[in-house]
Amino acid sequence: MSEINTQTAEKPEFYLKGDHHPESSTNLGFWLYLMSDCLIFAVLFATYAVVGRNYAAGPSPADLFDLKLIALNTAMLLFSSITYGFAMLQMERNAKAETIFWLGITGLFGLAFLGIEIYEFYHLIHEGATPQRSAFLSAFFTLVGTHGLHVTFGLIWLVTLMVQVSKRGLIPENRRRLMCLSMFWHFLDVIWIGVFSVVYLMGVVG
Amino acid sequence: MSSNAPSHEEHHGHDHGHDHGHGHDASHGSLKSYVIGFVLSVILTAIPFWLVMGEVIENKAALVAAIMILGAIQIVVHMVYFLHMNTKSEGGWTMMALIFTIVIVAIALAGSLWVMYHLNTNMMPQMSPEMMRNLP
Repeated sequence: MSEINTQTAEKPEFYLKGDHHPESSTNLGFWLYLMSDCLIFAVLFATYAVVGRNYAAGPSPADLFDLKLIALNTAMLLFSSITYGFAMLQMERNAKAETIFWLGITGLFGLAFLGIEIYEFYHLIHEGATPQRSAFLSAFFTLVGTHGLHVTFGLIWLVTLMVQVSKRGLIPENRRRLMCLSMFWHFLDVIWIGVFSVVYLMGVVG
Repeated sequence: MSSNAPSHEEHHGHDHGHDHGHGHDASHGSLKSYVIGFVLSVILTAIPFWLVMGEVIENKAALVAAIMILGAIQIVVHMVYFLHMNTKSEGGWTMMALIFTIVIVAIALAGSLWVMYHLNTNMMPQMSPEMMRNLP
């Protein structure tokens, strides 16, 4: 009887110890979200890999894609990755103005990426290479469009955080949010590596 | 990181007071690690674009293999230098989640390609309209 009593007495202490990590649980939770997002892209990549050669007598990647434009786009996203890194380093130094400055630069690179992508899509659709044209184009627009949509929401989030930081400063809540957006933003760059390798480069190779 | 302002140290101590004890530097990175990651990424992006745009390699299979391998290396570079992946963060759970995701992604990709490839090559040529009508 007494043994049971001592066991139940120890339990609450153990429980309280585990309750001290609110920030790290956010990081892990956000990481799990990113992994589930990764599965969405995996499904879209698998779809593209299966139907990516079904041109339905329509245009092929070699006819459509302008690699110079894609190289420029990739550079924009890479630059935005390192400038976000600079923003995080300024956040570490507790420098509010510099953090907002580098977030702004990141936003401009992200906006340039989106602008080039929208120009590319507009150009393709203008040429008649619409999502309805072939299975290849449906899979292409879904995969690249989903990535572009993620970048769009990342940009909205970025602007929101710039306003938040400028109004409330680098409080713990904003640091946590900036950390999450950092993971999201770098994750999108990782997905883009897969997109330019599998869709654009291997598409042009044939 | 050691040259931080005192005010930040104070703030940091308050903010992460209950941290596991794994290094602050490890989870956020430094200027050096970001620059190394960036330079490696630029090199690993430039090479495949140069290979394809300059038509350096004649052999298509070798070219595709080179693109895939360079892409995979770049993904690892991004994971380590930008996303600060390591086996210690969150007590190893981020790494566990990553490994689990990689396994699922590999099954989804390889499985889809495998099944659909065999559907195309094995069923389509043998399938006559007569057989189609008699399908269960």
